[in-house]
Amino acid sequence: MKFTLSWLRDHLDTDASLETILATLNTIGLEVEGVEDRAAALAPFRIAQVVEAEQHPNADRLRALKVDAGDGKLLSVVCGAPNARAGMKGVLGLPGAFVPGSGITLKVGEIRGVKSEGMMCSTRELGLGDDHEGIIDLPEDAPVGMPYAEWAGLGDPVIEISVTPNRGDALAVRGVARDLAAAGLGTLKPWNPEPAAVAYPTPLEWVIEDPRACIQVLGRAVRGVANGPSPKWLQDRLAAIGLRPINALVDVTNFFTFDLGRPLHVFDVAKVKGKTLTMRLGREGDEYQALNGKTYRPTSEDIVIADEAGVESLAAIVGGESTGCDETTREVFIECALFDPVRIARTGRRHQVHSDARARNERGLDPAAQRAMLEAATRMIIELCGGEASSISEAGAEPAWQRDATLRFERIAGLGGSSIGPDQAVASLEKLGFTVKARDAASVTVAVPSWRNDIASSRSAYRAGGSDLTQEPGLDPTRAQAAAAGTDEVEAECDLLEEVLRLEGLDAIPAVSLPAEGRLPLPSLTPRQSRTALARRVLASRGLAEAVTFGFTAHAIASYFGAVPEALRVENPIAADLDQMRPTPVATLLQAAGRNAARGYPDVSLFEIGASYVAPTPEGQLATAAGVRLGRTPRHWDAPQRTFDAMDAKGDALAVLLALGVSPAALTVTMDAPAHYHPGRSGVLRSGPKLPLARFGELHPRVLSALGIDGPAIAFEVLLDSIPEPKRKKKSAPDLPSFQPVRRDLAFLVDRDVQADALLRAARNAERNLLAEVSLFDRYAGDKLPEGKVSLALEVVLQPRERTLTDAEIEAAIAKIVAAVAKATGATLRG
Amino acid sequence: MADDLDMLRADIEAAMAGAEDLRALDAVRVAALGKSGQVTALLKGLGALPPEERKARGAEVNVLKGEIERALEQRRVMLEAFALDARLAAERMDVSLPPRPFAPTGPEAGSIHPISRTMEELIALFGAMGFAVAEGPDIEGDWHNFSALNIPEHHPARQDHDTFYLTAPEGGRRPVLRTHTSPVQIRTMLTQEPPIRVIVPGRTWRADHDATHSPMFHQVEGLVIGRDIHMGHLKGTLIDFLRAFFGIADLPVRFRSSYFPFTEPSMEVDIGWSRKTGELGSGGDWLEILGSGMVHPKVLANCGLDPRVWQGFAFGMGIERITMLKHGIPDLRPFYEADCRWLRHYATSPLSPFTLHDAS
Repeated sequence: MKFTLSWLRDHLDTDASLETILATLNTIGLEVEGVEDRAAALAPFRIAQVVEAEQHPNADRLRALKVDAGDGKLLSVVCGAPNARAGMKGVLGLPGAFVPGSGITLKVGEIRGVKSEGMMCSTRELGLGDDHEGIIDLPEDAPVGMPYAEWAGLGDPVIEISVTPNRGDALAVRGVARDLAAAGLGTLKPWNPEPAAVAYPTPLEWVIEDPRACIQVLGRAVRGVANGPSPKWLQDRLAAIGLRPINALVDVTNFFTFDLGRPLHVFDVAKVKGKTLTMRLGREGDEYQALNGKTYRPTSEDIVIADEAGVESLAAIVGGESTGCDETTREVFIECALFDPVRIARTGRRHQVHSDARARNERGLDPAAQRAMLEAATRMIIELCGGEASSISEAGAEPAWQRDATLRFERIAGLGGSSIGPDQAVASLEKLGFTVKARDAASVTVAVPSWRNDIASSRSAYRAGGSDLTQEPGLDPTRAQAAAAGTDEVEAECDLLEEVLRLEGLDAIPAVSLPAEGRLPLPSLTPRQSRTALARRVLASRGLAEAVTFGFTAHAIASYFGAVPEALRVENPIAADLDQMRPTPVATLLQAAGRNAARGYPDVSLFEIGASYVAPTPEGQLATAAGVRLGRTPRHWDAPQRTFDAMDAKGDALAVLLALGVSPAALTVTMDAPAHYHPGRSGVLRSGPKLPLARFGELHPRVLSALGIDGPAIAFEVLLDSIPEPKRKKKSAPDLPSFQPVRRDLAFLVDRDVQADALLRAARNAERNLLAEVSLFDRYAGDKLPEGKVSLALEVVLQPRERTLTDAEIEAAIAKIVAAVAKATGATLRG
Repeated sequence: MADDLDMLRADIEAAMAGAEDLRALDAVRVAALGKSGQVTALLKGLGALPPEERKARGAEVNVLKGEIERALEQRRVMLEAFALDARLAAERMDVSLPPRPFAPTGPEAGSIHPISRTMEELIALFGAMGFAVAEGPDIEGDWHNFSALNIPEHHPARQDHDTFYLTAPEGGRRPVLRTHTSPVQIRTMLTQEPPIRVIVPGRTWRADHDATHSPMFHQVEGLVIGRDIHMGHLKGTLIDFLRAFFGIADLPVRFRSSYFPFTEPSMEVDIGWSRKTGELGSGGDWLEILGSGMVHPKVLANCGLDPRVWQGFAFGMGIERITMLKHGIPDLRPFYEADCRWLRHYATSPLSPFTLHDAS
């Protein structure tokens, strides 16, 4: 919302400086977005008179001017404007001036042999409008030599504030003035428009066909108007806030929108068909051409204004072309209506119209000011365009907006933390237009002014700013009822409290550190939550750089990494390649790794702890620690460089699992990783035979080629939510036997397809009493072995507990292990 | 189609089916469509036909040629897939083997993202004030994200949230990608009895993409509910946090009255900085940094808390924003690019966990 300082002073009698006004606006919740001082930018441009205008000797389209800038000497100026002529007055820019509309700085020059010591400017060149047909042509009485900005009244700073959605009343200069006055910055000037004399009966009557369409509407005609350009002061004001002046009648409606926050509409009576204007809901086949040049087809939920010929306007949002006012209008009909704000908001959104009228109607107008607004508009039209007023046609009725609200003074400190006393609180409310209905030592009850639709709004029949309770249906009914019962009272009280606090300024509230609930705070993370931090450290310390990538990606790419159900499709993606929730972070990490490779960094290790999305439910969002490694290990003199392989991915996944308390003995590996992995070089780590905890492996070449990545690349995904929470029980006493362990190496010959894991498990289960550890330390496959066989070597550690083992006992235990391994896997012990 | 063409087609199709690899398939292609292929020969022979037959016959041969080309292509794709699958099967390795006992890259190559770092700091600082971390899903229902927070469907405030929607299930409402972390306020109040002190760091989504907006970003929400929590506490908590987080003991903090549908009274919070140098703490300018307020009575009641008994405050701020300010990171977009050069520059070492005693 923009306005100028002088416009504000029309309503506010104050001697406060601009700085004080801006600071106060910020304090009371009308945030200042910017201040523009156009006079400063245009200071070097002066009013000048063209004394001579001759054809340029060397150019058909140029003229050589002699210009008097008021200091007695004639300047030579070359000008291409068609309207440049001797005797005219215009705006001259002198060397050194920056021309805002064209972005150049003027200097003395020579144009085709004629000296040019300045520039006569167009409206566009000064950044004041679109006109570039010719140079500015000022009236004869413009004083030569005066700074143009000063003469044109541009020395009036334009203030822009951002008005929060609850404050419809502050979308008016008068509303802003009222707030500033209440904050102690002067007094609000009285506003009490005299009714216009009625000269004839109204030519048009209002009919509200459907009560849903309109709450109340007033209208009246003014005949005998002359509709030309509006006076300069009005044009200047509208231009200052970025509106284009059109003609006096339309300018009056725009002025009211900003001055009083009251959108009006004007019909050209001669263009209206029939004698009635009807407020109704849209019907099948309705269509009209709006003033903004677009055609709208109202639905049965939209409010329309219709005459006998059909729809004329989408009520309160955008008017129609066919009955609009122009220079030929001799009789005008003014509409001043009050609509259901919710319906207006929905219509505006449905048709995507953002108009000043909609913004005010959906936030709520002053429901008690209908008649005064109409009278004020009538007077202004008669003042600017002449004519005489008709009687008023009216339909509907003023809504029951009257309501009270109570503030208990104790709440000022109890909720507001403020030391404002009762007297000051009541005075603040009164300055804002509240009237005291009752007051005692503990509380005050006030009547809410008609323009403050945001205060105790659920008690007003005009439902601007209101919202309904929408309690969670699963709540215990008694509890829900108790909660609901107090809401209305507390809400109204909070509304009043906010008014009292904001006028004083929130900086006045003393800050109080949050009191401790106990001597020391409880842990801020649950064991489950702290695992995320641990997983992050584990992966980063394994040399992966943490990344944060988008949770959505291109549907086609996502489909390579898992199911891409329609239910996880973004309906309104911001870009075509961000339209599907990713099935796994690997999808986006791999693209990121590819981008690094394309930049000349082909060896990259990235991880992310983020969501995999498998269903649009809380359970369908799986917390995942995922990583991708592309390229090769670092070059080093003592460690040969190699490409990353599936074992690296397994190492990363396993490191996370072990850090999070998963017991290695409980883990099994199956070879059924999802399809984005290489089918022969990937696996799923499971807890026991079933529950998958992680998957890892080389990525499938088909996926890499689809993403344009030169492979190989590896990836892993640890499903954090599936990892059972470690049990927080006391550790048992440590097992510290006093006898030395016995170590034996056993090499087995086994079919190549047998998993090493199978040998380890068979060995482990064979001898539970003596066997402390078993691990694989060698794998050999080569031409010294029979075709299709590999050699796997295990180290077994036997731990005696009661006495040193005899050789026979050791041999017996080893034989048991060998037999069990042989039975389970077909392996034979190598000599 | 003429009988001879049918027979030819059957022959070629049989040959294709018999081609077990790409080389064999190519031989079939040459025999049919090569320079001296059978189909090519038929096309060459058309010139010899009487003009009245030529047209019909030519059309038939060309149809056949097209069919064979398509069939060859299909077979080629299939054989390539077979070849790849065979290669992958041959590359099979024993993934049950224990992985190497060391990582292929070391801690000096790894790093923690600045967003995570800030989250760790937030958790430590608010944790010291007794806050616990609460979480919620990214995909939310309309009720949690809007209605329960006193933002009805028609509310002008909904236009400020450029909401992403997912496809609606049959007969249901379309889920949203949460536009703020505030729905977790609702989830917390529904599942936890007051007093409540939680912060909610998490991902949020809005349909806005330019130099200063990302369609996915991070927020931290705070919620404190008790019997006597007032605006002084709100101010104290935020001032304490901001001064600790930015490490400036006298950081100027300003509170301005504002509006959010889910708080009443509401306020925006500014910190002092210099617009010219970007330096925090001095310079006479103000920078808006977060929004906050006393939890709206309707929000409490929507969650079954009686607003006559319970009251408290909530706040929300952008994690990227405070991270950029703290570390002087000029641009938002690289946060999500995973450019390893940027990460190396701004990320922190995995071996330096944040503690309250850090000189941040």
